[in-house]
Amino acid sequence: MASYIPMSAEERRAMLDVIGVGSPAELFAAIPPRIKLPALALPPGQSELETCLLMAGLAAKNRRFPLIFRGAGAYWHYIPAIVGSVINKEEFVTAYTPYQAEISQGILQAIFEFQTMIADLTGLDVANASVYDGASAAAEAVNMCRDRRRNKALIAATAPPMVIETIRTYCFGNNSGLELIPCGPDGLTDVAALAALLNDGISCVYVQQLNFSGLIEDAATLCQLAHDAGAKFILGVNPIAAAILPSAGEIGADIAVGEGQPLGLPLSFGGPYLGLMATGAEMMRKLPGRIVGQTTDLEGRRAFVLTLQAREQHIRREKAGSNICSNQNLCALAASVYLAAMGNEGLITAAQNCYAHAHYLAERLAELGFVRLHSAEFFHEFVTDSPMPPERLLAGLEERGILGGLALAEGGILWCATEMTGKAEIDALVKAIREVSGQ
Amino acid sequence: MNVPRELKYVKTHEWLNYLQADKVRIGISDYAQEALGDIVFINLPAVGDPATAGEPLFDLESVKAVEDIISPVTGEVTAINEKLLDHPELINADPYEAWLVEIGEISGSEELLSAAEYEALLAEEE
Amino acid sequence: MKLLFERSREGHSAQHLPQTQLSGYSLPEQLRRCRELRLPALAETEISRHYTELSQQVHGVNSGFYPLGSCTMKYNPKIDEQIASLPGFTGIHPLQPVSTAQGCLEVLDRAGQALCEITGMDAMSFQPAAGAHGEFTGLLLIKAYHQARGEGEQRTKVIVPDSAHGTNPATATMCGYTIVNIASNAAGGVDLDALRRAVGADTAALMLTNPNTVGIFDPNILEITRIVHEAGGQCYYDGANMNAIMGLARPGDMGFDVVHLNIHKTFATPHGGGGPGSGPCGCKAHLAPFLPADQVTEAADGYRLERPAQSIGRVKAFFGNFLVVVKALTYIISLGAEGIVEAAETAVLNANYMKKRLSPYYHMAYDDFCMHEFVLSLAGEKSRFDVSALDVAKALMDHGMHPPTMYFPLIVPEALMIEPTETESKDTLDEAIEAFIAVQRQLQADAASLRQAPQATPVRRLDETQAARRPVLTYQEKEL
Repeated sequence: MASYIPMSAEERRAMLDVIGVGSPAELFAAIPPRIKLPALALPPGQSELETCLLMAGLAAKNRRFPLIFRGAGAYWHYIPAIVGSVINKEEFVTAYTPYQAEISQGILQAIFEFQTMIADLTGLDVANASVYDGASAAAEAVNMCRDRRRNKALIAATAPPMVIETIRTYCFGNNSGLELIPCGPDGLTDVAALAALLNDGISCVYVQQLNFSGLIEDAATLCQLAHDAGAKFILGVNPIAAAILPSAGEIGADIAVGEGQPLGLPLSFGGPYLGLMATGAEMMRKLPGRIVGQTTDLEGRRAFVLTLQAREQHIRREKAGSNICSNQNLCALAASVYLAAMGNEGLITAAQNCYAHAHYLAERLAELGFVRLHSAEFFHEFVTDSPMPPERLLAGLEERGILGGLALAEGGILWCATEMTGKAEIDALVKAIREVSGQ
Repeated sequence: MNVPRELKYVKTHEWLNYLQADKVRIGISDYAQEALGDIVFINLPAVGDPATAGEPLFDLESVKAVEDIISPVTGEVTAINEKLLDHPELINADPYEAWLVEIGEISGSEELLSAAEYEALLAEEE
Repeated sequence: MKLLFERSREGHSAQHLPQTQLSGYSLPEQLRRCRELRLPALAETEISRHYTELSQQVHGVNSGFYPLGSCTMKYNPKIDEQIASLPGFTGIHPLQPVSTAQGCLEVLDRAGQALCEITGMDAMSFQPAAGAHGEFTGLLLIKAYHQARGEGEQRTKVIVPDSAHGTNPATATMCGYTIVNIASNAAGGVDLDALRRAVGADTAALMLTNPNTVGIFDPNILEITRIVHEAGGQCYYDGANMNAIMGLARPGDMGFDVVHLNIHKTFATPHGGGGPGSGPCGCKAHLAPFLPADQVTEAADGYRLERPAQSIGRVKAFFGNFLVVVKALTYIISLGAEGIVEAAETAVLNANYMKKRLSPYYHMAYDDFCMHEFVLSLAGEKSRFDVSALDVAKALMDHGMHPPTMYFPLIVPEALMIEPTETESKDTLDEAIEAFIAVQRQLQADAASLRQAPQATPVRRLDETQAARRPVLTYQEKEL
């Protein structure tokens, strides 16, 4: 059995003597005998070697695909080596939330830098220290916009189903309304339908830029409509695409949220990921979660501290806007290191490569009879129909070590290309599809 | 503790300055600002918001606390002291100069205390 | 310490990506961003040194003693980190066919079964990303349950003791409930009469931490849950303090219907400076049909994912903070049945040892044996010497340790809450005890100096008022 308790039998005895009891069991006298557990029905402890073999065995039961053309909310991107090196530093890994600023400056400054870079990426004034993931960030943003008079949110039906479902669940919690803005035949949010749905009871409009089909929404027009009706506008952003698409700030969004996983976090079967949130100065005090601010210490030196804490649950309790405490701090650190390592040029290159590779992929697929279902402009994901049953195609690709696009319940296949899947990888996919389809 | 004679008070430590029979300015007492410490932000209500005597109307934030401001009267918010939005420290500097809101069309109020009565209340709480 | 942006020099960069071979594809000009990016330009050497310098200004569990009450800052085993970084876990797409992710599903299944055994629950969801998220999920289960029984309209109140974590009332509000606060009794536990008065046909749930936030196991726990159930309410267990009793007593046996656990406290996964955590939510069978997202089930051909019949939906995308669950499972397998009990017993032993030895020097808020943590009050020092819990906490930093939790729970004035955990040696505890005693002596001899602490840290006390009044939340180039 592994043990992480640095204590000899003699030391234990000495401590029990100081306390004045014969055994640790006496310290648990307050537990009613009826509910004292005789024994845990779990296997006995294992040595580190045994544990290692067992867990590695579980990892080995997974199939890791050397080539991935699937996104749908989790993206395969290159992670510079420096990211892993920094986020594995023990001090960063093992510290708690930086409540005691005097001995937490490293974490606080790192968060301040993260906030700065997310604000820059989104073109907004302020960002928080992160929340759980992109979907919960969207739900928190919707919550920020509610007030007594406006208690219903309009959510683009083109947003990813998991994001919509998360927002819906949060709305079930606080008894607020939600209605979907229909998708037009072009795969984009129906502008006229949004106009018809808006009224003075609408708190906000949520649109995800890149929508679930990978298409680029006319966010500026949708934002203007929302604002004309007095509603807030929330833009869900992909942080890689944000390097070249108009920023949330340029579009006029009140809040930007996003899934930060593409910024240096591995796929990891869906988590831990990173919820990004940024907003303008007017809504700063409605942001949930931790926020770091700059100040000075007793000697006048620049220093950083958790601030605007009176928003939060530990002070405001039942009047807090959110119950959130934990952020995804180590993931935020990974994103910071990633952005610092990439720089402007690197991030723009990543975005341009995603765009170029996806468009090349779409052309090659079209030649094989996989025709795009939409004509609107896209970034790095797109939906095609399939000349053969998608299940058969995808199973055939899996046999060849390729995770193909995602077969959608409503029909079609959602494909994704990133900087990881360049010409050689796409040509390999094309060859595999030819084999599977017998072309 | 500074307790100006010309003002009225309520037991939740707000002061009232009647401008007309049905219009009043309210703020927090010297005692309240000291108890709260450095005020960092004030969540003022909007003009036109209804106020109900005995109910929270808005709140003040210090670094580590939030204090509800209980409306001492029933009526409607007719003005807010916007200067405080950028300078909440004015409340700490002079709580009787830094009025918070003006409430009009008053139709009811909490029990009002004179300066002497309020001083007696403070003495009790000490 | 310079910021990344202040180290940035035009022309410094690291080429991580090749230019694509596929020229001729580029986003149309009219769709492009106008606002220029202002990320820093740095070479890898500069980034590496920057973060090394930052890491040297952080106190982690590996830097020294970290008795932060309510946070269970135990040692984070290295093997857990190593296993969670296996490519067989990190390289798996969450939307792969389940037949190709059987290892991941088995991790969730095994961890779920172990945690059900430890908590006495019937089902476990790993969707919640942290404790507060688990609370939110758990209360939504209760809400959906009452609604399904036609009592949703009627049951509008959640009872929360005044000693509760702030997340409890905040969570209840997020779930559309109004809060009924009840006072604690003199022993720090639930006041049974107050509870009896509070429950009724409008009670949706009671939220309770046990051992509670003053570090005491409530001996009336069976009566407490009985009172709530008789009124038709559900009992919610806040698992923040599970480290004290794991393997020894189970919330399910105490009468609780739903629990959340803080994996990043009880099961040794690191806090990462504030996250990622993991806050699985477990429940009894009658609440299981409402669980969020997909549950893992075992069938003849392997593990599958299945959506519970009346699911509340989902609280985030995908399966939760999966890698954190991998770490926790590694920990549970390493310790095994006997190791888990030993951890809990030693956590309690260490807390009682510190409490006993500090009793002559500090006023303990409660006299009895404590569980894994205890609370002392500096109210006396405050009135006699004008020295606060904050001053004492800051002074402890100069002794190389992380201070205890300050000003919590709210029912103890000038509170310091100390949780040593089981992974500290007697030597470490003795050194910490000496530090506490030294601070008490300093306090009596020279109170003014204590108000100036800390002196030996990278920065001194901060102006938090300025930070909150004039928030500067991003780097502004112009200011310099």
